[in-house]
Amino acid sequence: MIPWFTDPQHWNGSDAIGLLIGQHLIYSAAALAIALLIGFPIGLYVGHTRRGVVIVAGTANALRSLPSLGLIVMLVILFGPVFKSDLAYLVPCLIVLVLLAVPPIMTNTYAGIAAVDPASVDAARGMGYSPLGVLLHVELPCALPLIFSGIRSAALQVISTATIAAYVSLGGLGRLIIDGLAQRDYYEMVAGAILVGLLTLAVDLAIALASRLALSRGLVR
Amino acid sequence: MIVFKNVTKRYDNGTIAVDDLSLEAPKGRITIFVGPSGCGKTTSLRMINRLIAPTSGSILLDGQPTEAMNLAQLRRKIGYVIQHAGLFPHLNVVQNIATTARLKGIAKKQALLIASELLERVGLDLSFGNRYPWQLSGGQQQRVGVARALASDPEFMLMDEPFSAVDPVVRHQLQEEFLRLQRDIGKTIIMVTHDIDEALKLGDQVAVLRTGGVLAQVASPKELLSNPADSFVADFVGRDRGYRYLSFVDAASSLAVMIEPVVALGTEAAAARIVAKDQWILVVNAAAQPLGWVDLDRQSGPLRESDLNLSGTLASQDHSLRQVLDAALSAPSGRGVIVDAGRVLAGSVRLSDVVAAIQSAKAAGWGGRP
Ligand SMILES: Nc1ncnc2c1ncn2[C@@H]1O[C@H](COP(=O)(O)OP(=O)(O)OP(=O)(O)O)[C@@H](O)[C@H]1O
Ligand SMILES: [Mg+2]
Repeated sequence: MIPWFTDPQHWNGSDAIGLLIGQHLIYSAAALAIALLIGFPIGLYVGHTRRGVVIVAGTANALRSLPSLGLIVMLVILFGPVFKSDLAYLVPCLIVLVLLAVPPIMTNTYAGIAAVDPASVDAARGMGYSPLGVLLHVELPCALPLIFSGIRSAALQVISTATIAAYVSLGGLGRLIIDGLAQRDYYEMVAGAILVGLLTLAVDLAIALASRLALSRGLVR
Repeated sequence: MIVFKNVTKRYDNGTIAVDDLSLEAPKGRITIFVGPSGCGKTTSLRMINRLIAPTSGSILLDGQPTEAMNLAQLRRKIGYVIQHAGLFPHLNVVQNIATTARLKGIAKKQALLIASELLERVGLDLSFGNRYPWQLSGGQQQRVGVARALASDPEFMLMDEPFSAVDPVVRHQLQEEFLRLQRDIGKTIIMVTHDIDEALKLGDQVAVLRTGGVLAQVASPKELLSNPADSFVADFVGRDRGYRYLSFVDAASSLAVMIEPVVALGTEAAAARIVAKDQWILVVNAAAQPLGWVDLDRQSGPLRESDLNLSGTLASQDHSLRQVLDAALSAPSGRGVIVDAGRVLAGSVRLSDVVAAIQSAKAAGWGGRP
Protein backbone atom coordinates (compact mmCIF):
# COMPACT_ATOMS: atom_id res chain seq x y z
CA MET A 1 0.00 0.00 0.00
CA ILE A 2 2.79 2.42 0.87
CA PRO A 3 4.17 2.63 -2.67
CA TRP A 4 0.70 3.59 -3.89
CA PHE A 5 0.54 6.50 -1.49
CA THR A 6 4.11 7.66 -2.21
CA ASP A 7 3.65 7.52 -5.97
CA PRO A 8 3.77 11.20 -7.11
CA GLN A 9 1.31 10.37 -9.91
CA HIS A 10 -1.42 9.98 -7.33
CA TRP A 11 -0.80 13.44 -5.94
CA ASN A 12 -1.07 15.33 -9.25
CA GLY A 13 -3.56 15.85 -12.05
CA SER A 14 -7.35 15.67 -12.09
CA ASP A 15 -7.37 12.62 -9.81
CA ALA A 16 -4.92 14.02 -7.24
CA ILE A 17 -5.60 12.78 -3.73
CA GLY A 18 -5.70 16.31 -2.32
CA LEU A 19 -8.27 17.37 -4.88
CA LEU A 20 -10.45 14.33 -4.24
CA ILE A 21 -10.37 14.94 -0.50
CA GLY A 22 -11.29 18.58 -1.09
CA GLN A 23 -14.24 17.61 -3.29
CA HIS A 24 -15.35 15.01 -0.78
CA LEU A 25 -15.27 17.56 2.02
CA ILE A 26 -17.14 20.16 -0.02
CA TYR A 27 -19.99 17.78 -0.89
CA SER A 28 -20.20 16.67 2.73
CA ALA A 29 -20.04 20.17 4.19
CA ALA A 30 -22.67 21.48 1.78
CA ALA A 31 -25.00 18.60 2.56
CA LEU A 32 -24.47 19.04 6.32
CA ALA A 33 -25.08 22.78 6.14
CA ILE A 34 -28.34 22.29 4.25
CA ALA A 35 -29.41 19.52 6.62
CA LEU A 36 -28.70 21.79 9.58
CA LEU A 37 -30.81 24.55 8.03
CA ILE A 38 -33.70 22.09 7.73
CA GLY A 39 -33.37 19.77 10.71
CA PHE A 40 -32.23 22.18 13.44
CA PRO A 41 -35.16 24.66 13.32
CA ILE A 42 -37.67 21.83 13.03
CA GLY A 43 -36.08 20.09 16.03
CA LEU A 44 -36.16 23.34 18.04
CA TYR A 45 -39.78 24.00 17.18
CA VAL A 46 -40.98 20.50 17.97
CA GLY A 47 -38.90 20.30 21.15
CA HIS A 48 -40.11 23.65 22.45
CA THR A 49 -43.78 23.28 21.57
CA ARG A 50 -44.05 19.46 21.72
CA ARG A 51 -46.15 19.78 18.58
CA GLY A 52 -45.58 17.36 15.71
CA VAL A 53 -43.55 14.85 17.68
CA VAL A 54 -45.19 11.91 15.91
CA ILE A 55 -44.64 13.42 12.46
CA VAL A 56 -40.98 14.11 13.17
CA ALA A 57 -40.31 10.62 14.50
CA GLY A 58 -42.14 9.03 11.57
CA THR A 59 -40.37 11.14 8.97
CA ALA A 60 -36.99 10.46 10.50
CA ASN A 61 -37.60 6.72 10.48
CA ALA A 62 -38.83 6.78 6.90
CA LEU A 63 -35.79 8.77 5.79
CA ARG A 64 -33.43 6.40 7.54
CA SER A 65 -34.77 3.47 5.56
CA LEU A 66 -34.23 5.10 2.14
CA PRO A 67 -31.62 3.25 0.06
CA SER A 68 -29.05 5.91 -0.90
CA LEU A 69 -27.80 4.26 -4.05
CA GLY A 70 -31.22 3.53 -5.51
CA LEU A 71 -32.38 7.02 -4.66
CA ILE A 72 -29.47 8.76 -6.35
CA VAL A 73 -29.93 6.77 -9.56
CA MET A 74 -33.61 7.60 -9.61
CA LEU A 75 -32.97 11.27 -8.97
CA VAL A 76 -30.35 11.49 -11.74
CA ILE A 77 -32.86 10.01 -14.17
CA LEU A 78 -35.49 12.45 -12.92
CA PHE A 79 -33.30 15.57 -12.94
CA GLY A 80 -31.28 14.73 -16.07
CA PRO A 81 -33.62 16.59 -18.38
CA VAL A 82 -34.14 19.49 -16.00
CA PHE A 83 -30.56 20.62 -15.34
CA LYS A 84 -27.70 21.24 -17.69
CA SER A 85 -24.07 20.42 -16.92
CA ASP A 86 -22.85 18.93 -13.63
CA LEU A 87 -25.89 20.18 -11.72
CA ALA A 88 -27.85 17.22 -13.05
CA TYR A 89 -25.58 15.05 -10.90
CA LEU A 90 -24.72 17.43 -8.10
CA VAL A 91 -28.30 18.18 -7.07
CA PRO A 92 -29.35 14.50 -6.74
CA CYS A 93 -26.15 13.74 -4.87
CA LEU A 94 -26.74 16.57 -2.40
CA ILE A 95 -30.38 15.61 -1.94
CA VAL A 96 -29.41 12.08 -0.99
CA LEU A 97 -26.79 13.27 1.47
CA VAL A 98 -29.11 15.86 2.98
CA LEU A 99 -31.86 13.28 3.46
CA LEU A 100 -29.31 11.17 5.27
CA ALA A 101 -28.15 13.96 7.57
CA VAL A 102 -31.51 15.46 8.48
CA PRO A 103 -32.83 12.65 10.75
CA PRO A 104 -30.01 12.57 13.31
CA ILE A 105 -29.82 16.37 13.47
CA MET A 106 -33.58 16.82 13.70
CA THR A 107 -34.29 14.07 16.21
CA ASN A 108 -31.32 14.88 18.43
CA THR A 109 -32.22 18.56 18.53
CA TYR A 110 -35.77 17.64 19.43
CA ALA A 111 -34.68 15.09 22.02
CA GLY A 112 -32.16 17.52 23.52
CA ILE A 113 -34.76 20.23 23.99
CA ALA A 114 -37.37 17.78 25.27
CA ALA A 115 -34.93 16.41 27.85
CA VAL A 116 -34.20 19.75 29.49
CA ASP A 117 -35.20 19.63 33.17
CA PRO A 118 -38.81 20.89 33.29
CA ALA A 119 -38.01 22.65 36.57
CA SER A 120 -35.41 24.83 34.82
CA VAL A 121 -37.86 25.71 32.07
CA ASP A 122 -40.56 26.43 34.64
CA ALA A 123 -38.22 28.68 36.60
CA ALA A 124 -37.25 30.51 33.42
CA ARG A 125 -40.88 31.13 32.47
CA GLY A 126 -41.72 32.18 36.00
CA MET A 127 -38.93 34.73 36.16
CA GLY A 128 -40.21 36.41 33.04
CA TYR A 129 -38.32 35.05 30.04
CA SER A 130 -40.36 35.26 26.83
CA PRO A 131 -40.96 31.94 25.02
CA LEU A 132 -38.09 32.78 22.67
CA GLY A 133 -35.94 33.77 25.65
CA VAL A 134 -36.63 30.43 27.31
CA LEU A 135 -35.60 28.67 24.09
CA LEU A 136 -32.42 30.69 23.53
CA HIS A 137 -31.24 31.13 27.11
CA VAL A 138 -32.20 27.83 28.67
CA GLU A 139 -33.44 25.09 26.34
CA LEU A 140 -30.91 25.50 23.55
CA PRO A 141 -27.79 25.74 25.74
CA CYS A 142 -28.91 22.74 27.77
CA ALA A 143 -29.64 20.72 24.62
CA LEU A 144 -26.24 21.41 23.05
CA PRO A 145 -24.58 18.11 24.05
CA LEU A 146 -27.25 16.08 22.26
CA ILE A 147 -27.33 18.47 19.31
CA PHE A 148 -23.59 18.11 18.89
CA SER A 149 -23.82 14.36 18.96
CA GLY A 150 -26.55 14.53 16.31
CA ILE A 151 -24.33 16.65 14.09
CA ARG A 152 -21.48 14.24 14.73
CA SER A 153 -23.36 11.15 13.63
CA ALA A 154 -24.82 13.03 10.66
CA ALA A 155 -21.32 14.06 9.59
CA LEU A 156 -20.00 10.51 9.85
CA GLN A 157 -22.82 9.08 7.74
CA VAL A 158 -22.54 11.83 5.14
CA ILE A 159 -18.78 11.47 4.73
CA SER A 160 -18.91 7.73 4.35
CA THR A 161 -21.87 7.91 1.96
CA ALA A 162 -20.46 10.78 -0.12
CA THR A 163 -18.52 8.14 -2.06
CA ILE A 164 -21.69 7.67 -4.13
CA ALA A 165 -20.97 11.00 -5.81
CA ALA A 166 -18.49 9.08 -7.94
CA TYR A 167 -21.22 6.70 -9.13
CA VAL A 168 -22.80 9.59 -10.93
CA SER A 169 -19.52 10.81 -12.42
CA LEU A 170 -18.78 13.44 -9.76
CA GLY A 171 -15.53 13.67 -7.82
CA GLY A 172 -14.64 12.85 -4.24
CA LEU A 173 -12.86 9.87 -2.75
CA GLY A 174 -15.44 7.53 -4.30
CA ARG A 175 -13.53 8.06 -7.57
CA LEU A 176 -10.67 5.91 -6.30
CA ILE A 177 -13.03 3.12 -5.33
CA ILE A 178 -15.07 3.15 -8.53
CA ASP A 179 -12.17 3.72 -10.93
CA GLY A 180 -10.13 1.16 -9.08
CA LEU A 181 -12.93 -1.34 -9.45
CA ALA A 182 -13.32 -0.59 -13.16
CA GLN A 183 -9.56 -0.96 -13.79
CA ARG A 184 -9.22 -3.85 -11.36
CA ASP A 185 -6.66 -1.75 -9.50
CA TYR A 186 -7.25 -3.10 -6.02
CA TYR A 187 -4.54 -0.94 -4.50
CA GLU A 188 -6.46 2.14 -5.64
CA MET A 189 -9.73 0.77 -4.21
CA VAL A 190 -8.19 0.01 -0.85
CA ALA A 191 -6.48 3.39 -0.82
CA GLY A 192 -9.88 5.01 -1.42
CA ALA A 193 -11.43 3.08 1.46
CA ILE A 194 -8.54 3.92 3.76
CA LEU A 195 -8.76 7.62 2.91
CA VAL A 196 -12.53 7.71 3.54
CA GLY A 197 -11.91 6.04 6.89
CA LEU A 198 -9.19 8.48 7.84
CA LEU A 199 -11.27 11.47 6.79
CA THR A 200 -14.22 10.23 8.86
CA LEU A 201 -11.98 9.82 11.86
CA ALA A 202 -10.43 13.26 11.46
CA VAL A 203 -13.80 14.96 11.18
CA ASP A 204 -15.13 12.97 14.13
CA LEU A 205 -12.19 14.14 16.21
CA ALA A 206 -12.60 17.73 15.07
CA ILE A 207 -16.28 17.79 16.05
CA ALA A 208 -15.58 16.11 19.37
CA LEU A 209 -12.97 18.75 20.10
CA ALA A 210 -15.25 21.59 19.03
CA SER A 211 -18.07 20.33 21.26
CA ARG A 212 -15.69 19.97 24.17
CA LEU A 213 -14.71 23.61 23.79
CA ALA A 214 -18.25 24.85 23.18
CA LEU A 215 -20.09 22.98 25.94
CA SER A 216 -20.51 24.41 29.44
CA ARG A 217 -18.70 22.50 32.17
CA GLY A 218 -22.05 22.39 33.89
CA LEU A 219 -23.33 20.00 31.24
CA VAL A 220 -20.36 17.70 30.71
CA ARG A 221 -19.09 16.07 33.87
CA MET B 1 -50.14 43.59 48.89
CA ILE B 2 -51.45 40.60 46.94
CA VAL B 3 -55.23 40.19 46.85
CA PHE B 4 -57.23 37.19 45.64
CA LYS B 5 -60.79 38.11 44.68
CA ASN B 6 -63.14 35.16 44.22
CA VAL B 7 -60.49 33.23 42.29
CA THR B 8 -61.50 29.87 40.85
CA LYS B 9 -59.44 27.49 38.77
CA ARG B 10 -61.05 24.63 36.91
CA TYR B 11 -58.64 22.55 34.83
CA ASP B 12 -59.59 21.26 31.37
CA ASN B 13 -60.31 17.83 32.79
CA GLY B 14 -62.93 19.32 35.10
CA THR B 15 -60.86 19.25 38.31
CA ILE B 16 -61.65 22.25 40.46
CA ALA B 17 -58.24 23.00 41.98
CA VAL B 18 -59.11 26.33 43.59
CA ASP B 19 -62.64 27.24 44.56
CA ASP B 20 -63.68 30.86 45.03
CA LEU B 21 -60.56 31.91 46.93
CA SER B 22 -60.58 35.38 48.49
CA LEU B 23 -57.61 36.44 50.55
CA GLU B 24 -55.18 39.26 51.23
CA ALA B 25 -51.43 38.83 51.61
CA PRO B 26 -50.31 41.99 53.44
CA LYS B 27 -47.31 44.02 52.32
CA GLY B 28 -43.98 43.10 53.87
CA ARG B 29 -45.37 39.98 55.53
CA ILE B 30 -45.12 36.23 55.01
CA THR B 31 -48.35 34.50 54.09
CA ILE B 32 -48.29 30.71 54.04
CA PHE B 33 -50.57 28.43 52.02
CA VAL B 34 -50.80 25.11 53.78
CA GLY B 35 -53.00 22.07 53.30
CA PRO B 36 -53.05 18.40 52.30
CA SER B 37 -51.59 17.26 48.98
CA GLY B 38 -53.68 18.26 45.98
CA CYS B 39 -55.62 21.01 47.73
CA GLY B 40 -54.58 23.63 45.18
CA LYS B 41 -51.65 25.38 46.86
CA THR B 42 -49.36 25.30 43.84
CA THR B 43 -52.20 26.23 41.53
CA SER B 44 -53.04 29.25 43.71
CA LEU B 45 -49.42 30.35 43.75
CA ARG B 46 -48.90 29.96 40.01
CA MET B 47 -52.01 31.97 39.25
CA ILE B 48 -50.32 34.99 40.83
CA ASN B 49 -47.61 35.18 38.18
CA ARG B 50 -50.04 33.79 35.62
CA LEU B 51 -48.12 30.62 34.89
CA ILE B 52 -51.69 29.38 35.27
CA ALA B 53 -54.63 31.52 34.19
CA PRO B 54 -57.56 31.70 36.64
CA THR B 55 -60.87 30.47 35.28
CA SER B 56 -62.67 33.31 37.04
CA GLY B 57 -62.02 35.99 39.61
CA SER B 58 -59.02 38.27 39.71
CA ILE B 59 -55.73 38.73 41.49
CA LEU B 60 -54.45 42.22 42.34
CA LEU B 61 -50.88 43.31 42.99
CA ASP B 62 -50.88 46.57 44.94
CA GLY B 63 -54.37 47.18 43.65
CA GLN B 64 -53.59 46.44 40.00
CA PRO B 65 -55.33 43.46 38.40
CA THR B 66 -52.70 41.06 37.02
CA GLU B 67 -54.69 40.24 33.92
CA ALA B 68 -54.19 43.81 32.73
CA MET B 69 -50.41 43.67 33.10
CA ASN B 70 -47.78 42.72 30.56
CA LEU B 71 -46.87 39.11 31.28
CA ALA B 72 -43.09 39.51 31.28
CA GLN B 73 -43.25 42.68 33.38
CA LEU B 74 -45.58 41.03 35.86
CA ARG B 75 -43.25 38.07 36.29
CA ARG B 76 -40.15 40.22 36.61
CA LYS B 77 -41.79 42.02 39.54
CA ILE B 78 -42.19 38.72 41.35
CA GLY B 79 -39.41 36.49 42.62
CA TYR B 80 -40.31 32.84 42.09
CA VAL B 81 -38.70 29.96 43.96
CA ILE B 82 -39.73 26.44 42.99
CA GLN B 83 -39.50 23.17 44.85
CA HIS B 84 -36.40 21.68 43.28
CA ALA B 85 -34.76 25.08 42.74
CA GLY B 86 -34.82 24.64 38.95
CA LEU B 87 -31.35 26.07 38.50
CA PHE B 88 -29.93 26.38 35.00
CA PRO B 89 -27.45 23.51 34.66
CA HIS B 90 -25.27 25.23 32.04
CA LEU B 91 -24.60 28.29 34.19
CA ASN B 92 -22.46 28.46 37.29
CA VAL B 93 -23.90 29.61 40.61
CA VAL B 94 -23.16 33.31 40.24
CA GLN B 95 -24.41 33.36 36.65
CA ASN B 96 -27.56 31.56 37.78
CA ILE B 97 -28.25 34.16 40.44
CA ALA B 98 -27.52 37.01 38.05
CA THR B 99 -30.14 35.91 35.50
CA THR B 100 -33.06 37.70 37.13
CA ALA B 101 -31.03 40.89 37.51
CA ARG B 102 -30.03 40.65 33.84
CA LEU B 103 -33.69 40.25 32.87
CA LYS B 104 -34.45 43.43 34.72
CA GLY B 105 -31.96 45.21 32.47
CA ILE B 106 -29.04 45.49 34.87
CA ALA B 107 -25.63 45.45 33.15
CA LYS B 108 -23.75 42.17 33.28
CA LYS B 109 -20.92 43.32 35.54
CA GLN B 110 -23.31 44.90 38.02
CA ALA B 111 -25.56 41.83 37.94
CA LEU B 112 -22.65 39.52 38.76
CA LEU B 113 -21.66 41.82 41.61
CA ILE B 114 -25.19 41.69 43.04
CA ALA B 115 -25.15 37.91 42.63
CA SER B 116 -21.92 37.56 44.61
CA GLU B 117 -23.32 39.66 47.42
CA LEU B 118 -26.50 37.61 47.54
CA LEU B 119 -24.48 34.42 47.69
CA GLU B 120 -23.14 35.44 51.09
CA ARG B 121 -26.53 36.71 52.09
CA VAL B 122 -28.08 33.26 51.73
CA GLY B 123 -25.25 31.70 53.71
CA LEU B 124 -23.02 30.36 50.95
CA ASP B 125 -19.31 30.98 50.76
CA LEU B 126 -18.06 33.05 47.82
CA SER B 127 -16.07 30.04 46.64
CA PHE B 128 -19.36 28.43 45.58
CA GLY B 129 -19.76 31.11 42.93
CA ASN B 130 -18.06 29.29 40.11
CA ARG B 131 -19.46 25.86 40.87
CA TYR B 132 -22.12 24.35 38.65
CA PRO B 133 -25.52 23.22 39.98
CA TRP B 134 -24.63 19.51 39.86
CA GLN B 135 -21.76 20.22 42.22
CA LEU B 136 -24.15 21.45 44.96
CA SER B 137 -26.19 19.60 47.57
CA GLY B 138 -29.97 19.93 47.56
CA GLY B 139 -29.88 22.51 50.36
CA GLN B 140 -27.25 24.57 48.61
CA GLN B 141 -29.28 24.51 45.41
CA GLN B 142 -32.29 25.76 47.36
CA ARG B 143 -30.27 28.68 48.67
CA VAL B 144 -29.09 29.56 45.18
CA GLY B 145 -32.71 29.39 44.02
CA VAL B 146 -33.72 31.86 46.73
CA ALA B 147 -30.77 34.12 45.88
CA ARG B 148 -31.72 34.04 42.21
CA ALA B 149 -35.26 35.11 43.01
CA LEU B 150 -33.90 37.97 45.15
CA ALA B 151 -31.35 39.25 42.62
CA SER B 152 -33.83 41.43 40.78
CA ASP B 153 -34.93 42.89 44.14
CA PRO B 154 -38.58 42.03 43.42
CA GLU B 155 -41.42 43.52 45.45
CA PHE B 156 -43.06 40.12 45.80
CA MET B 157 -41.80 36.60 46.37
CA LEU B 158 -43.58 33.36 45.63
CA MET B 159 -42.03 30.24 47.13
CA ASP B 160 -43.31 26.74 46.41
CA GLU B 161 -42.10 24.32 49.09
CA PRO B 162 -38.65 25.91 48.97
CA PHE B 163 -37.27 23.88 51.87
CA SER B 164 -38.84 20.53 51.13
CA ALA B 165 -35.99 18.79 49.35
CA VAL B 166 -33.66 18.79 52.34
CA ASP B 167 -33.28 16.89 55.58
CA PRO B 168 -34.83 18.26 58.80
CA VAL B 169 -31.58 19.69 60.13
CA VAL B 170 -30.78 21.64 56.97
CA ARG B 171 -34.43 22.65 56.69
CA HIS B 172 -34.35 24.12 60.16
CA GLN B 173 -31.18 26.00 59.28
CA LEU B 174 -32.65 27.34 56.03
CA GLN B 175 -35.80 28.42 57.84
CA GLU B 176 -33.80 30.36 60.43
CA GLU B 177 -31.73 32.02 57.71
CA PHE B 178 -34.86 32.80 55.78
CA LEU B 179 -36.50 34.52 58.77
CA ARG B 180 -33.32 36.52 59.42
CA LEU B 181 -33.20 37.57 55.76
CA GLN B 182 -36.84 38.56 55.74
CA ARG B 183 -36.31 40.78 58.78
CA ASP B 184 -33.85 42.76 56.64
CA ILE B 185 -35.64 42.82 53.31
CA GLY B 186 -39.30 42.84 54.38
CA LYS B 187 -40.74 41.48 51.13
CA THR B 188 -44.33 40.55 50.50
CA ILE B 189 -44.05 36.79 50.45
CA ILE B 190 -46.44 33.95 49.74
CA MET B 191 -45.01 30.53 50.54
CA VAL B 192 -46.50 27.11 49.96
CA THR B 193 -45.86 24.18 52.26
CA HIS B 194 -47.67 21.08 53.40
CA ASP B 195 -45.75 21.07 56.67
CA ILE B 196 -47.89 22.69 59.36
CA ASP B 197 -44.86 23.19 61.62
CA GLU B 198 -43.11 25.16 58.91
CA ALA B 199 -46.27 27.18 58.33
CA LEU B 200 -46.65 28.07 62.00
CA LYS B 201 -42.97 28.88 62.34
CA LEU B 202 -42.55 31.10 59.29
CA GLY B 203 -45.95 32.60 58.68
CA ASP B 204 -47.18 35.99 59.82
CA GLN B 205 -50.45 34.70 58.42
CA VAL B 206 -51.41 31.14 57.53
CA ALA B 207 -54.08 30.14 55.02
CA VAL B 208 -55.29 26.57 55.49
CA LEU B 209 -56.76 25.07 52.32
CA ARG B 210 -58.79 21.89 52.21
CA THR B 211 -59.12 19.38 49.39
CA GLY B 212 -61.16 20.82 46.57
CA GLY B 213 -59.36 24.14 46.84
CA VAL B 214 -61.58 25.70 49.49
CA LEU B 215 -60.08 28.11 52.01
CA ALA B 216 -60.75 26.68 55.46
CA GLN B 217 -59.25 29.44 57.58
CA VAL B 218 -56.80 32.29 57.27
CA ALA B 219 -55.35 33.59 60.52
CA SER B 220 -52.16 34.25 62.46
CA PRO B 221 -50.41 31.08 63.70
CA LYS B 222 -51.46 31.88 67.26
CA GLU B 223 -55.08 32.34 66.29
CA LEU B 224 -55.00 29.14 64.27
CA LEU B 225 -53.80 27.18 67.30
CA SER B 226 -56.10 28.76 69.84
CA ASN B 227 -59.14 29.16 67.66
CA PRO B 228 -59.36 26.67 64.79
CA ALA B 229 -62.39 27.47 62.63
CA ASP B 230 -63.58 23.90 62.28
CA SER B 231 -62.63 20.30 62.92
CA PHE B 232 -60.66 20.07 59.66
CA VAL B 233 -58.38 22.91 60.71
CA ALA B 234 -58.16 21.56 64.24
CA ASP B 235 -57.12 18.14 62.90
CA PHE B 236 -54.70 19.63 60.45
CA VAL B 237 -53.04 21.86 63.00
CA GLY B 238 -52.45 18.72 64.98
CA ARG B 239 -52.81 16.81 68.18
CA ASP B 240 -50.11 18.60 70.12
CA ARG B 241 -51.34 22.12 69.37
CA GLY B 242 -51.59 22.81 73.08
CA TYR B 243 -47.88 22.28 73.37
CA ARG B 244 -47.17 24.07 70.08
CA TYR B 245 -49.04 27.04 71.40
CA LEU B 246 -46.26 27.63 73.88
CA SER B 247 -44.12 28.70 70.88
CA PHE B 248 -46.08 31.92 70.85
CA VAL B 249 -45.75 32.79 74.52
CA ASP B 250 -42.71 34.77 75.64
CA ALA B 251 -40.76 33.32 78.50
CA ALA B 252 -39.05 36.49 79.69
CA SER B 253 -41.96 38.13 81.49
CA SER B 254 -43.04 35.29 83.70
CA LEU B 255 -39.96 33.23 84.42
CA ALA B 256 -37.69 33.26 87.46
CA VAL B 257 -34.10 32.54 86.38
CA MET B 258 -31.83 31.21 89.13
CA ILE B 259 -28.09 31.49 89.47
CA GLU B 260 -26.40 28.27 88.37
CA PRO B 261 -22.96 27.36 89.77
CA VAL B 262 -20.42 26.49 87.11
CA VAL B 263 -16.91 25.10 86.76
CA ALA B 264 -14.36 24.97 83.95
CA LEU B 265 -13.02 21.87 82.26
CA GLY B 266 -10.11 20.43 84.17
CA THR B 267 -11.58 21.16 87.58
CA GLU B 268 -11.17 18.29 90.06
CA ALA B 269 -14.42 16.44 90.80
CA ALA B 270 -13.86 17.00 94.50
CA ALA B 271 -13.61 20.76 94.00
CA ALA B 272 -16.69 20.75 91.78
CA ARG B 273 -18.69 18.94 94.47
CA ILE B 274 -18.15 21.84 96.83
CA VAL B 275 -19.87 24.40 94.53
CA ALA B 276 -22.47 22.07 92.97
CA LYS B 277 -26.17 22.28 93.92
CA ASP B 278 -26.57 18.53 93.60
CA GLN B 279 -24.93 15.66 91.75
CA TRP B 280 -24.98 17.66 88.47
CA ILE B 281 -22.55 20.49 87.72
CA LEU B 282 -22.65 22.72 84.64
CA VAL B 283 -19.37 23.17 82.77
CA VAL B 284 -18.67 26.39 80.86
CA ASN B 285 -15.81 27.57 78.66
CA ALA B 286 -13.66 30.68 79.22
CA ALA B 287 -16.35 32.86 77.63
CA ALA B 288 -18.93 31.54 80.14
CA GLN B 289 -20.77 29.63 77.40
CA PRO B 290 -22.30 26.34 78.62
CA LEU B 291 -20.61 23.18 77.33
CA GLY B 292 -22.59 20.46 79.11
CA TRP B 293 -23.39 18.78 82.41
CA VAL B 294 -21.23 16.40 84.44
CA ASP B 295 -22.63 13.76 86.82
CA LEU B 296 -20.42 14.12 89.90
CA ASP B 297 -21.67 10.83 91.41
CA ARG B 298 -19.82 9.02 88.66
CA GLN B 299 -16.85 11.31 88.48
CA SER B 300 -13.43 11.30 90.02
CA GLY B 301 -10.37 13.27 89.06
CA PRO B 302 -10.44 16.28 86.69
CA LEU B 303 -13.50 16.91 84.46
CA ARG B 304 -12.71 16.12 80.85
CA GLU B 305 -14.56 16.88 77.67
CA SER B 306 -15.51 13.23 77.27
CA ASP B 307 -17.32 13.33 80.63
CA LEU B 308 -19.83 15.93 79.40
CA ASN B 309 -23.49 15.03 79.06
CA LEU B 310 -24.69 16.98 76.02
CA SER B 311 -28.36 16.03 76.08
CA GLY B 312 -29.67 19.39 77.37
CA THR B 313 -30.93 22.01 74.93
CA LEU B 314 -30.33 25.72 75.48
CA ALA B 315 -33.03 28.35 75.63
CA SER B 316 -32.53 32.04 75.29
CA GLN B 317 -34.18 34.46 77.66
CA ASP B 318 -36.26 36.07 74.93
CA HIS B 319 -37.32 32.69 73.64
CA SER B 320 -40.73 31.15 73.90
CA LEU B 321 -41.99 29.03 76.78
CA ARG B 322 -41.80 26.04 74.41
CA GLN B 323 -38.04 26.31 74.16
CA VAL B 324 -37.61 26.96 77.86
CA LEU B 325 -39.80 23.97 78.65
CA ASP B 326 -37.76 21.87 76.26
CA ALA B 327 -34.52 23.03 77.90
CA ALA B 328 -35.86 22.04 81.33
CA LEU B 329 -37.20 18.70 80.12
CA SER B 330 -33.99 17.76 78.32
CA ALA B 331 -31.50 18.81 81.01
CA PRO B 332 -30.22 15.75 82.93
CA SER B 333 -30.15 17.91 86.05
CA GLY B 334 -33.77 18.96 85.56
CA ARG B 335 -32.65 22.60 85.38
CA GLY B 336 -33.00 24.17 81.94
CA VAL B 337 -30.01 26.22 80.85
CA ILE B 338 -30.82 29.80 79.89
CA VAL B 339 -28.37 31.82 77.79
CA ASP B 340 -28.32 35.32 76.35
CA ALA B 341 -28.05 36.26 72.68
CA GLY B 342 -24.29 35.56 72.70
CA ARG B 343 -24.84 32.06 74.16
CA VAL B 344 -23.38 33.26 77.45
CA LEU B 345 -24.93 31.61 80.53
CA ALA B 346 -27.69 33.64 82.17
CA GLY B 347 -28.85 31.04 84.68
CA SER B 348 -31.13 28.06 84.94
CA VAL B 349 -34.82 27.33 85.42
CA ARG B 350 -36.46 24.42 87.19
CA LEU B 351 -39.12 22.42 85.44
CA SER B 352 -41.60 23.29 88.19
CA ASP B 353 -40.93 27.01 87.62
CA VAL B 354 -41.56 26.62 83.89
CA VAL B 355 -44.82 24.84 84.57
CA ALA B 356 -45.80 27.60 86.99
CA ALA B 357 -45.00 30.19 84.31
CA ILE B 358 -47.13 28.29 81.80
CA GLN B 359 -49.99 28.19 84.27
CA SER B 360 -49.86 31.87 85.02
CA ALA B 361 -49.56 32.75 81.32
CA LYS B 362 -52.62 30.65 80.56
CA ALA B 363 -54.53 32.21 83.42
CA ALA B 364 -53.66 35.65 82.05
CA GLY B 365 -55.10 34.68 78.66
CA TRP B 366 -51.72 33.99 77.01
CA GLY B 367 -49.90 37.31 76.93
CA GLY B 368 -46.60 37.59 75.14
CA ARG B 369 -46.07 37.63 71.43
CA PRO B 370 -48.90 38.63 69.12
N1 LIG C 1 -52.47 20.62 34.67
C1 LIG C 1 -53.42 20.04 35.40
N2 LIG C 1 -54.49 19.47 34.80
C2 LIG C 1 -55.48 18.90 35.53
N3 LIG C 1 -55.50 18.83 36.86
C3 LIG C 1 -54.48 19.37 37.53
C4 LIG C 1 -53.37 20.01 36.85
N4 LIG C 1 -52.50 20.46 37.76
C5 LIG C 1 -53.00 20.11 38.95
N5 LIG C 1 -54.19 19.48 38.84
C6 LIG C 1 -55.06 19.00 39.93
O1 LIG C 1 -55.48 20.12 40.67
C7 LIG C 1 -55.46 19.85 42.07
C8 LIG C 1 -54.57 20.83 42.79
O2 LIG C 1 -53.23 20.66 42.36
P1 LIG C 1 -52.02 21.48 43.00
O3 LIG C 1 -50.79 21.10 42.26
O4 LIG C 1 -52.37 22.92 43.04
O5 LIG C 1 -51.99 20.88 44.47
P2 LIG C 1 -50.99 21.17 45.68
O6 LIG C 1 -51.81 21.67 46.79
O7 LIG C 1 -49.86 22.03 45.24
O8 LIG C 1 -50.49 19.70 46.02
P3 LIG C 1 -49.06 19.17 46.52
O9 LIG C 1 -48.99 19.45 47.98
O10 LIG C 1 -49.13 17.71 46.23
O11 LIG C 1 -48.02 19.89 45.72
C9 LIG C 1 -55.00 18.41 42.19
O12 LIG C 1 -56.16 17.62 42.34
C10 LIG C 1 -54.32 18.12 40.89
O13 LIG C 1 -54.46 16.77 40.55
MG1 LIG D 1 -47.72 21.69 44.98
